[in-house]
Amino acid sequence: MRYNEPSPLEQMIISYRFDLPNSTSIDTYLANDGYVAVKKALAMTPEAIIEELKVSSLRGRGGAGFPTGMKWSFVPRNTGKPTYVICNSDESEPGTCKDRLLMENDPHQLIEGMLIAGWTIKSNKGYIFIRGEYRYLIEIVDRAIAEAYERGYLGKNILGSGWDFDVYTHTGAGAYECGEESALLESLEGKRGIPRLKPPFPAVVGAFQSPTILNNCETYSAVPWIFRNGGAAYAALGTPKNGGTRLMCVSGHVNKPGVYELPMGFPLMRLINEICGGIRNGKKLKAVIPGGSSSPILKAEECDIPLDFDSLAKAKTMAGSGGLVVLDEDTDIVAVALRTIKFYAHESCGWCIPCREGTTWLKKILSRFHDGGGLQSDIDLIGELAGNMLGRTFCALGDAAAMPTAAFIAKFRGEFEAYLNKSRSTQSVPELAVV
Amino acid sequence: MTFSPELEARFAKLLESYPTGRQRSAVVPMLLYAQDEIGCVTQELVEEVAHRCGVTPLQVDEVIGYYSMLHRKPLGKYHVQVCTNIACQAVGAEELWDHACERLRLGNKEVSPDGLISLEEVECLGACSWAPAIQINYDFHHHVTPERFDRLMDALANGSYSKKAS
Repeated sequence: MRYNEPSPLEQMIISYRFDLPNSTSIDTYLANDGYVAVKKALAMTPEAIIEELKVSSLRGRGGAGFPTGMKWSFVPRNTGKPTYVICNSDESEPGTCKDRLLMENDPHQLIEGMLIAGWTIKSNKGYIFIRGEYRYLIEIVDRAIAEAYERGYLGKNILGSGWDFDVYTHTGAGAYECGEESALLESLEGKRGIPRLKPPFPAVVGAFQSPTILNNCETYSAVPWIFRNGGAAYAALGTPKNGGTRLMCVSGHVNKPGVYELPMGFPLMRLINEICGGIRNGKKLKAVIPGGSSSPILKAEECDIPLDFDSLAKAKTMAGSGGLVVLDEDTDIVAVALRTIKFYAHESCGWCIPCREGTTWLKKILSRFHDGGGLQSDIDLIGELAGNMLGRTFCALGDAAAMPTAAFIAKFRGEFEAYLNKSRSTQSVPELAVV
Repeated sequence: MTFSPELEARFAKLLESYPTGRQRSAVVPMLLYAQDEIGCVTQELVEEVAHRCGVTPLQVDEVIGYYSMLHRKPLGKYHVQVCTNIACQAVGAEELWDHACERLRLGNKEVSPDGLISLEEVECLGACSWAPAIQINYDFHHHVTPERFDRLMDALANGSYSKKAS
């Protein structure tokens, strides 16, 4: 089911089955364009499939926005090793709640996307890694998988192609870090989810030391539409190099928060005002965190911007996972910064020292600040610490913690200083704790 | 150890899911599914999972501290998880968390003396657009106000709670 009213301004190409009765059943799927794309793909060469994806300019919906066609092209197809197709449904980026809807309402669309990936690299096994908290989705996806076996869309000799493909669900057990692709693979192999050194990338050495396609749930879910309608049609929905639509997850201080499917490049202010009904209680917009909690915050005056990967990168932030947290004028940015860094300190796997120590130090300094014991010099110390974490870790979690923290300080320095003055006037400054 | 027929079937399917010689992959799912049935990860379970997956007990042991959903001590019959991350924070989750502690007289990760309820402050649950969100065991509850929280807790206490996804 949906948990919010859809908007008439949505362009539904991966969410259009959500409102159908029994939308998870294979009969509904088959009656509504289901498993048409895989039939087309089975008649295509891997090169042609990858070319079609490149034309579509589909980019990874998990956060990094890497071009999907290029990612698939990196997988060597003649190593003699088995190959794997992995779906990242470990959705854990604060602000993001879209993969949940895709699996809850249209699991066959995801399975079909994985089938096309599997055929492209002649893989025989796919795994859907679903975060542990989404237990009810494992039941839904398992039922869909069983139906697909019954109708011959999974299993042996799929649609007479002579090709076999199995798909399984795999539960996580509570770890944000496992959304990072190499940590996910470690977790899939039964270990602690710590990231691997790259290169080699998962395309070459992925699951079980073998070549692997690893994409986000929403990315796979877009693939069937592309093969039914053509890569060019998909590309045309979005902006240059940012094809198609995406599920934008809006939360925070708007009148109508929700998940809405919109073309890439949809203007942020139209999303807030026309789709989400503006800021609630007649307040003014203060800022938007545009792509999950790891994306640097945008001040209100920076929000006149199209929502695509390149426009947001140009504004020194990112489209990330499509989770937009809208904050009104009353928001305490210091409290948001503290809650953000508490999260990253909790989720740091501890493998890389700059991340393990950096997130913990930042948490301690920001906690001290928030509790009234901050020092003027802390403001620069936070910026310096964050700067020293950037680019110095195996995976992006260190960056994901440092980037938003540095932006909170750079863009809302005045609020941090006001906090300092406020706390100075009401409390005595405690001794500087060892951090 | 013996488990329910349903769990045994799940284990059998899990062990078949992974490539030959890669049964270690089943360690984390087995621990979580078994925990749901027996209440927590006991030393006996660690050894059982190690045996079934063909790994050492140490290889099972070492993952437990990493995954926040795996617990060595029993949770309450109902594990109440309150998200306070930024999307929920923006719409009152910190106040909801304080209210939850007060109402249940529990702190973070504490279990009520009768074993009925445990409470945990958790990270993002994936319900940001319908915040504030909590989970009771695996059930999501969206748009949770302190009043709605109280009604849910009343239902847990008097046995009338029924599972629903939102």
